[in-house]
Amino acid sequence: MGHSEKDLNEYPISSTDKKTLVKAFLSILSEESVKHETEDLTPFECDGLSAYPQIPMIAVLPENEEQVCHVMKICNDYKVPVVFRGAGTGLSGGAIPYDRGVLLVLTKLKSIVQIDPLGRSAVVQPGVRNAAISEATKPYQLYYAPDPSSQIACSIGGNVAENSGGVHCLKYGLTVNNILKVRFVTIEGEIVELGSEGLDTPGYDLLALITGSEGLLGVVTEVTVKLLPTPEKAQVIMASFDDVEKAGLAVADIIAAGIIPAGLEMMDKKAINAVEQFIGAGYPMGAEAMLLCESDGSSEEVESEIAKTSEVLTKAGATEITVSTDEAQRLKLWAGRKSAFPAVGRVLPDYFCMDGTIPRKTLPRVLKRIAEMEKEFQLQCANVFHAGDGNLHPLIMFDANEGDQLHRAELYGAAILELCVEVGGTITGEHGVGIEKINQMCVQFDNHEIQTFLDLKSAFDPDRRLNPGKAIPTLNRCAEFGHMHVHRGEERFPDIPRF
Amino acid sequence: MSDDNIIEQFKKQIADAKQNSTTIRIRGGGTKDFYGVSLEGDLLETKSYSGISEYEPTELVITAKSGTPLKLIEKTLSENNQMLAFEPPHMGPEASFGGCIASGLSGPRRASQGAVRDLVLGVRMLNSEGIDLQFGGKVMKNVAGFDVSRLLAGSFGTLGLILECSVKVLPKPESERTIFMEMNQESALKKMNQMAGMSIPLSATCYDGTQLAARLSGSNIAVATALKKIGGESTDESSFWHSIKEHTHAFFNSEGCLYRLSMNPAAPMNAYPTALIEWNGSTRWIWNNGSLSEHQAFANKHGGHAVAFRGNQPGRNICELPKALHAMQVKVKDALDPHRVFGEKRLFSEF
Repeated sequence: MGHSEKDLNEYPISSTDKKTLVKAFLSILSEESVKHETEDLTPFECDGLSAYPQIPMIAVLPENEEQVCHVMKICNDYKVPVVFRGAGTGLSGGAIPYDRGVLLVLTKLKSIVQIDPLGRSAVVQPGVRNAAISEATKPYQLYYAPDPSSQIACSIGGNVAENSGGVHCLKYGLTVNNILKVRFVTIEGEIVELGSEGLDTPGYDLLALITGSEGLLGVVTEVTVKLLPTPEKAQVIMASFDDVEKAGLAVADIIAAGIIPAGLEMMDKKAINAVEQFIGAGYPMGAEAMLLCESDGSSEEVESEIAKTSEVLTKAGATEITVSTDEAQRLKLWAGRKSAFPAVGRVLPDYFCMDGTIPRKTLPRVLKRIAEMEKEFQLQCANVFHAGDGNLHPLIMFDANEGDQLHRAELYGAAILELCVEVGGTITGEHGVGIEKINQMCVQFDNHEIQTFLDLKSAFDPDRRLNPGKAIPTLNRCAEFGHMHVHRGEERFPDIPRF
Repeated sequence: MSDDNIIEQFKKQIADAKQNSTTIRIRGGGTKDFYGVSLEGDLLETKSYSGISEYEPTELVITAKSGTPLKLIEKTLSENNQMLAFEPPHMGPEASFGGCIASGLSGPRRASQGAVRDLVLGVRMLNSEGIDLQFGGKVMKNVAGFDVSRLLAGSFGTLGLILECSVKVLPKPESERTIFMEMNQESALKKMNQMAGMSIPLSATCYDGTQLAARLSGSNIAVATALKKIGGESTDESSFWHSIKEHTHAFFNSEGCLYRLSMNPAAPMNAYPTALIEWNGSTRWIWNNGSLSEHQAFANKHGGHAVAFRGNQPGRNICELPKALHAMQVKVKDALDPHRVFGEKRLFSEF
C-alpha cells in the first residue's frame, strides 16, 4: 500500500514553485479559500483511510463552478497534479493528497439547485451530503435511493467518484443506476454535460465511464439524481442463526423464493457483539450470525413479503426471528448495522475495512478461510456483509502502535482480497481502489487489461496529473508487486479439497 | 468448430483488418441493422460462438456467449421464473445476446428496472489487437477499474468484440396487470409522471395517441393493492406491450424517419401531437421527415437528445452531439480502438 518511489517517478512533477501557484489561485479565489500553510493543510491530510496521511502542497476551496474551471485551468497551465476531495469519508484513500500537488476541495459547492417533483429528479452540487437530498425531497414523498453507511456525512460528488453503494443496492442499484446527468469539468477546465434528463443518450455511455472513476478523469460540479417514490411502508426482519453457514444459505433461499428484499445484510458474532456493546441496537448477543432483511412497498405488500420471508428463514434454521413493529424499531435495527464500522473501531484503535465481492454461493468457503487467517496473521476480524449483493466487509482489527500489527493487518487484508478474486469475485464492490487496493488491481487484472485502463485514462488526462498514484496501477508497479494475476474464478490449486 | 478455434478465427479476422486497414462490422442476428449512419466494413459474425456459459438462478446472474440466441436466454430464464429485467427488444427472430448488449436497447420495463447498461455486470472481449480481455465480473457489485462493460453496452460493436457477457437477472413478477385509460396527450403525460411518483409497482407506461396504458408488476397482493389505489379495469394484456417493445404496434408502421426523443419526462410535447410516449414520459417516438437539427433543438431545450432511430437516409448523421462531448467520444474510441478496426459510420460519421 501507499506510494512507492518508483511509482511516483512515473508522474511528471511540475517545476512551478508554490508561491507562483498561490498567487495564481489568489487572483480568482479569496484568501480563506487558498490554504498553503502547514497548519491549515493538516485537516486535509487523509480521508476515511487514516493510515497514510499526506500534506498537499496547496488546498483550494472554490465556491462555484466557474472557480472550479479556473482552478483546473491554472493547474493545467502549470502542469500541476490535482487530487479532488469531497467530504473525505472515502475508505480506500482516494482523496489522500499528493504532496507535490493541489487538493481541490468541493465542499463549498453545496446547494440543492433544483427539485423537479413531477419529473422525479433533483439537481445538486457535488458538496451536498447524500442524506440531505432525501431530506430535501421528503415533502414530495420522493427520495434518493443509494445510502452508503456514511450517508450523513458523505457528499454526492464523492458518491459519483466512487460509485457508492449502500444497504439497499440489491433492489435499487448503485450510484451509477441512480444518476441521470453530470456537469463534468475536464483537465483543461472545460465543461461537458454527460447523460441527460432523459433515459437514453446517443453515443458512448460516458456517464457510466466517469462514475466510479475515482477522480482520475475529471471532476463533477453538478449532478442530476433520479428520485424514487418513498415506499409507503418498510419493515425489517432480524433473524438469528447458530451457524454462519446456515445464515449464508438462508440468503440463497430468499432469492430462490423469488424475493428481492429492499435490504439484506449479514453480520457475524464479533460484529454483532461490537455493535450491541456500542449502541445497544437490540441485536442477539451470542448468536453466531444474524440477517437483517427489509421489505418495502404498500402495507399489504410488505405484510405479505415479511410473512413469506419469515417462513423461508424459519425453514433455513433461524433460531429467532424479530420483525420491527414500528418505524423507531426499524431505524434502530438499521442504526446498528450502519454503526458497525465505528463499533468495531472501539474494540481496538485501528481497523481496515475490506470490500471484496464474491459469488454468494462461495460465502461459506470464504468465511471459513477468513476465520483460518485470523490465526495465521494473529489478528481478529469481524464480518459485516451486504449479503444480497455478495459484498463482504471484513473488518480487520489492529493497533498500529503495537509491534508489526499494521503490517500484519495489511497482509491479512491483501490475502482476503486475493481470496475474493480467486473465487470469482472482485477486490472492491463499493469502496473503490484508491491507494489501499492498488496492488491487488494487479491480481484482478492482467497487464493488457491494466493497459486498457491506462489508455482510457490517457484519453482524459495524458500526463496522468489527476489523482496520481490511485485506482489504476502502472505496469511497473504490477511488475514490482510481483504477485501472479489470478484468473477469475479459477483457483490456484484446483485439486486441493476445500471443505 | 471448438470455441477456441472460433476465437482464433475472430482474432485472425481482426489482425487482418488491422493489417489491411479495413474495417469490421460485428453482427449477431442482424436484427438491429436498421440503426446507424450506414453499414460499412467486412462482416464478423458471432452466431457460431454460442451458448450459456454459467447460470445459477440464486446468484441472479447469467453469463452467455455473444452469439447465443436471445430467445434461448429468455427461455432458459423463464424456466427458472426469471427474466432480463430490461425487457430487450428483439426486432426479429434472430436477435443475439451480444447484439442485445451492444445495441443497448431496452424495452417497456426500462424506466422501472433499468436499461441494459444498468444490468450489465461484466464482459469478456477482444480488442483491436485481438487481445482477450475481461472487465467487470459475475458479481453484483464491482468498482475495480473503469467500467468498460457498461461502456460497451450501446457501443454497437465500435469499441471491441464482445465474446461473453454477464448480466444481472431478476425474478419474474407473480402478477402483471394493465389498465388502459383514454385521454389526451397533455393529461397522459401528467398522469404517467404522477403514477411514476407513487409508491406502486409501476413497470411500464405508454401513450399511443388515444389511450394511456399502465402496467403493474409484482406480487399478487402488491398489484391488487395498487389497482385499488389507482382504480380502473385491468387486463392481463401482454400483446400490447410486446407490440410496443418490438415496434409492431400500428404506430410504428409508417413511412419516413422514426425519431426517438429522450428528454425530461415531464416536458410538454404539444409540438408533436401524434407522438407515442413511453417510459413515464422520458422517451417519445415521432415519425417525421423534418430535420434532425430541428428535433435535436426541441429535445435539447428539455434536457435531452434526438436520434434518427430507423429509416435514416444512409450516410446522414443519426444524432448531433455538442462539440466537446463529441470530441470526448472520439478520444474514448481512439483509446480502445486506435486503429479504427471496429465499426465504420455506425454511431457517427466517422465510426
